[in-house]
Amino acid sequence: MRYAMAIDTKKCVGCSDCVVACQTENDVPIGFCRDWIVEVMDGSYPNLEMELRSERCNHCDNAPCVRCCPTGASHIEEGGVVKVKKHRCIGCGACIQSCPYDARYSHPEGYVDKCTFCYHRLVKGEKPACVSVCPTKCMYFGDLDDENSDVSIALRNRKHKVLAPEAGTKPHIFYLI
Amino acid sequence: MKTRREFIKISSIGLGSLVAGVGLSRWSVGNTVIDDLLKPSAASLPSLKRFPTYCEVCFWKCAGWAYTDESGKVVKIIGNEEDPHCNGRLCPRGTGGVGMYNDPDRLKTPLIRVDGKDGQTFREATWDEALDLVASRLKAIADEHGPESIGMFNHGSPGKHFGHLLKSFGSSNIVAPSYAQCRGPREVGFEMTFGQGVGSPEPTDIRDTRCLVLIGSHIGENMHNGQVQEMSDAIDKGATIITVDPRFSTAASKSKYWLPIKPSTDIALLLSWIHVILYEDLFDKEYVAKYCTGFDQLKDHVRNMTPEWAYGITTIKPDVIRATAREMADAAPSVIVHPGRHVTWYGDDTQRARTVAILNALLGSWGRRGGFYFKEEYKLPDFPHLPYPKPKWSWKDMHNGRYPLAGLALANVFVDASIPSEDNKHQLKAWIVAGTNLPLTMPDRPQLMKALEAIDFLVAVDTMPMEICSYADVVLPECTYLERYDEIRTEPHREPYIALRMPVTAPLYDSKPASWMTRELATRMGLADFFPWNDYEEVVSWQLEQVGTSLEEMKVKGIKKFERSKGALYINESGDHKFHTPSGKIELYSHQLEALGFDAMPKYTAHPEPSAGFYRLIYGRAPMHTFSRTANNPNLTDLMDENTVWVNPKVADLWNLKKDQYVWLKNQDGSLSSFPVKVRVTERIRWDSVYMVHGFGHSDKFLTRAYGRGASDSEMITHVAVDPIMGGTGMRGNFVTFLTENPHKEETA
Repeated sequence: MRYAMAIDTKKCVGCSDCVVACQTENDVPIGFCRDWIVEVMDGSYPNLEMELRSERCNHCDNAPCVRCCPTGASHIEEGGVVKVKKHRCIGCGACIQSCPYDARYSHPEGYVDKCTFCYHRLVKGEKPACVSVCPTKCMYFGDLDDENSDVSIALRNRKHKVLAPEAGTKPHIFYLI
Repeated sequence: MKTRREFIKISSIGLGSLVAGVGLSRWSVGNTVIDDLLKPSAASLPSLKRFPTYCEVCFWKCAGWAYTDESGKVVKIIGNEEDPHCNGRLCPRGTGGVGMYNDPDRLKTPLIRVDGKDGQTFREATWDEALDLVASRLKAIADEHGPESIGMFNHGSPGKHFGHLLKSFGSSNIVAPSYAQCRGPREVGFEMTFGQGVGSPEPTDIRDTRCLVLIGSHIGENMHNGQVQEMSDAIDKGATIITVDPRFSTAASKSKYWLPIKPSTDIALLLSWIHVILYEDLFDKEYVAKYCTGFDQLKDHVRNMTPEWAYGITTIKPDVIRATAREMADAAPSVIVHPGRHVTWYGDDTQRARTVAILNALLGSWGRRGGFYFKEEYKLPDFPHLPYPKPKWSWKDMHNGRYPLAGLALANVFVDASIPSEDNKHQLKAWIVAGTNLPLTMPDRPQLMKALEAIDFLVAVDTMPMEICSYADVVLPECTYLERYDEIRTEPHREPYIALRMPVTAPLYDSKPASWMTRELATRMGLADFFPWNDYEEVVSWQLEQVGTSLEEMKVKGIKKFERSKGALYINESGDHKFHTPSGKIELYSHQLEALGFDAMPKYTAHPEPSAGFYRLIYGRAPMHTFSRTANNPNLTDLMDENTVWVNPKVADLWNLKKDQYVWLKNQDGSLSSFPVKVRVTERIRWDSVYMVHGFGHSDKFLTRAYGRGASDSEMITHVAVDPIMGGTGMRGNFVTFLTENPHKEETA
C-alpha cells in the first residue's frame, strides 16, 4: 500500500476549490491552508505558456520533516502518509524549515499542521476532499501498489514530473504535463 | 451639502466585530488572530447531519448537501452527485457557501432610516415596525401614483417572493440587471437567428464537442460549474479549444489556438471566419440547405470580408484565421462557437451574438451532438392564488418606443425612469431592491445616484450590509439560503430536473426568509388572499405532491429527474424540424431586424479607442468570487481578498510601475477610483488594455473584510454604449489611466 496523487496540469484551472474544500473538511482555520495554487508563467505576449497546479505535502518516502522532528510527532503512517501527532508536537517549527515544499504551517493552537491526504476519509474508503470536490477532475488518487488505481493508470498513460526532485525526498505528488 | 439620501455609514448600530485582515496562510504563518465565529467545528465527526439545498452564491444553482454538527452549525457543503449542474462537485464559491452563513458582518436586524443629531442614520427596528412602515409607505405611494410606480430590482431567490408580492399589488415592473447588464444581447441575437434564446444554464454540449471556440468567454475563471467540468472532459477527449481574448485567460492557456485580438474588433474576426467557411466551401451543405434561409444574401454580404481584411482590424494573422476556421469545419457539427454570458461590451452586442449564431448555423452545430442540445425544463404547477390584477402600464411603456426587441425589463431604463423629466411619462417612485447590489452592479454611477436621490422610498432586502443598503429607507435582513425554503429549482438541462432547498438550520440573528417577509407585508397591504398559506413549506410540499413526489422523498434525495417529454435532445435528422422564427428556418438574413430598421446581417463598426496614456478597461471574474456578493465571505476572501489591475510589462515600464505598487485609477470622464488597487505586472494582458476582476472596491465599512480592498470596475464605467436593438449597456468602451499619488488627499486632509 502506497498512497499517491497525480494532478493534471492540463486540466487544472486554478480555481482553489481544493483549498476551500480542505479548509471546511479539516477545520483549517481561516487564514491558513494545507493546499494552495501555484501559477507559473513563461514567455512574453503573445507567446505565452502557463501552468496551474494545486500543491500540498508531497508525502515523501525520504521525508526531512520526519527525520528532523525532535519528539517523533512527525511520522509516517501506513500507506506512506506523513502525519503529525498534535499532542506530541511542541511547535518548534524544525519541520517547517526542513520542508522543501513549504507544506506545513503553525496552527494557532500551537502545533504544526499539514495535509493528511484526508486520512480520516481514506480509512472509510473515501478519497481526499480536494480530489472529491475538484470541478475539473484533474486529481487522481489511489494506491501505487494497485496497478488499476486511478493514480497508477494516470501515471502509466501520461508524462509526469515531481517538484524539487533535487531535494531527494522521493515525493508522491506527481504532476501530469 | 447633505442630501436626503446621504450615504449613511452604518456605524451607529454596531454590526459585528472587526476581524483582522489575514491573507492566505503561506504568508500569515504565526498569525493567531482568528475569530471564533469563523471556525467551523470538526467537519469529519460522525454526528454530522445533511440536508438538501441548492446554491445561491451564483446563478448556476448547483444542488448540494449542507452538513451540520450537533449544535446545528453548518460546517460544510458538498455537491449532490445526481445533479447535472454540478455532478457532486461544487465550485469554490459553493464549497465556500458556509462563509455566507458564518459571516459575522451579516445584517442582523431590520433597520430604519431616521434623522439623528449629526444627520441621518439607521436605528435597529423590530420586524413589526419595519414591515408596518414598508407596507404603509408602499400603499401611500400606490394611492398617489398607482402601484405601477413601484419597481423592483432583483437577483436570485428573494426576487421570486417579492415579485409575487409586487404582481399581487398590481405592478409588473420587475427587473434583473442580469439581462441588460449581462446576457441580454445573446438571447436576442440567438432568438433572431434560431427562434430561441440561449438561457441558463447554456445548452452547450461541451462534453461531446470536438472544438470549443470562446469569444472573450473565460470558462475556468467564471466557474459556471457544469461548463467548467465539461470543458475539462473535452480536454481529456482531445477537443480543440480556440480562445479569442486580448488577455491570456486560463482558457487561453488550455487552447490549441489563442487569438490575442485587438479589443472591440470581434465582429470583424467572426465575419472573416464566415467568409472562409463560405468561400472555401466548408459549411454543412445539407444542414444549411434544409434549415437556413438567406444564404445567398449572406454569401454576398461577406464577399470582401477576407482574412486579409480582418487582419488589418483585429491584428490576427490571415493564416491563423484560415487555420482556425478549418479546425471548426473539421470538427463540425460537433463544434461550439460559445455564445458567452456577459456580453454587454460595445453596444452592437446583439449583432455580435447574431454573428456567433450565424457561424454556428453554417457549421450545423445547433441541435447537434457536441454542439448545442435542446434543453428541457420541468414545469411545476403554481400554488393556487387569486389572479394578479392587470397593471395599467408596464416596463415596456418606460422605453418610449426604444429597444423594440428587449425580451425582459432593463435595469438601466428603470434607473432613467426614476429621474423626473418631461419625456418621462411613466415614472418609478419607489424601489424594492432584493439581492442585487446596484452601486457595484450598474454602470454610470452618477445616473444611479440621481435616481436614488429622486425616488421617494427604497427598501433593500439582503443578507449583507451591501452598499445599496446604505441608500435604503428600510433594510430587511434576509437569512441565507442555508436557513430557508425557496422556490423549487426547475432550470432546464439535458433532462428535466427539480431540486429542493430546505432550511439546514434556524436563521441566525433576527434574519428572516423573503417568503415570510412578503407574506407579512401582504397581510398588512390587504393582499393576504394571494398568500393562502402559513409557511412556505406548505407551498413546496403541495407542488411536489402534484408531480408525484413528496417533501419527504425530496428531503432524502434532494433532486429528482423526470423523463423528457418535448422531443429529442438533438435534431431528428430524418424528420422535419421547425424553428420558432417567422420563416420556420434559421434566419441568416433577418427580415425581423430589417423591418425594425436594423441591419439584417451583422456589420463590423469601429469603436472608440483609448487616447494616449489611457488603456481599455476589461473586467471579468476570478473563480472564487461572484458579483460583488462574495468579496466579504470569510472563506473566499481567504483565497483572494482584493483585486489587482493587470498591466503589461511594457506599459509598467512606461509608467515606472512596480509589482504590487498601489495606484488609483481615473477614467476618460475623470471618474476616480475611491480606493487604490495593486498593480499586477503580467504578460497575460495586451499593452492597450488593463484587466480587473469585478466586484471589489467596496465602500461600506461594515463589510469589514471587503471595505477598501481593491478598486471597483463599476466605478470606472461611466461611458455606456446602449444597444439600440434591446437596450443592453455596452461597458467595454471605458479607458483608464494610472495615478500614483492619492487623488483624494485634499478631501481627507
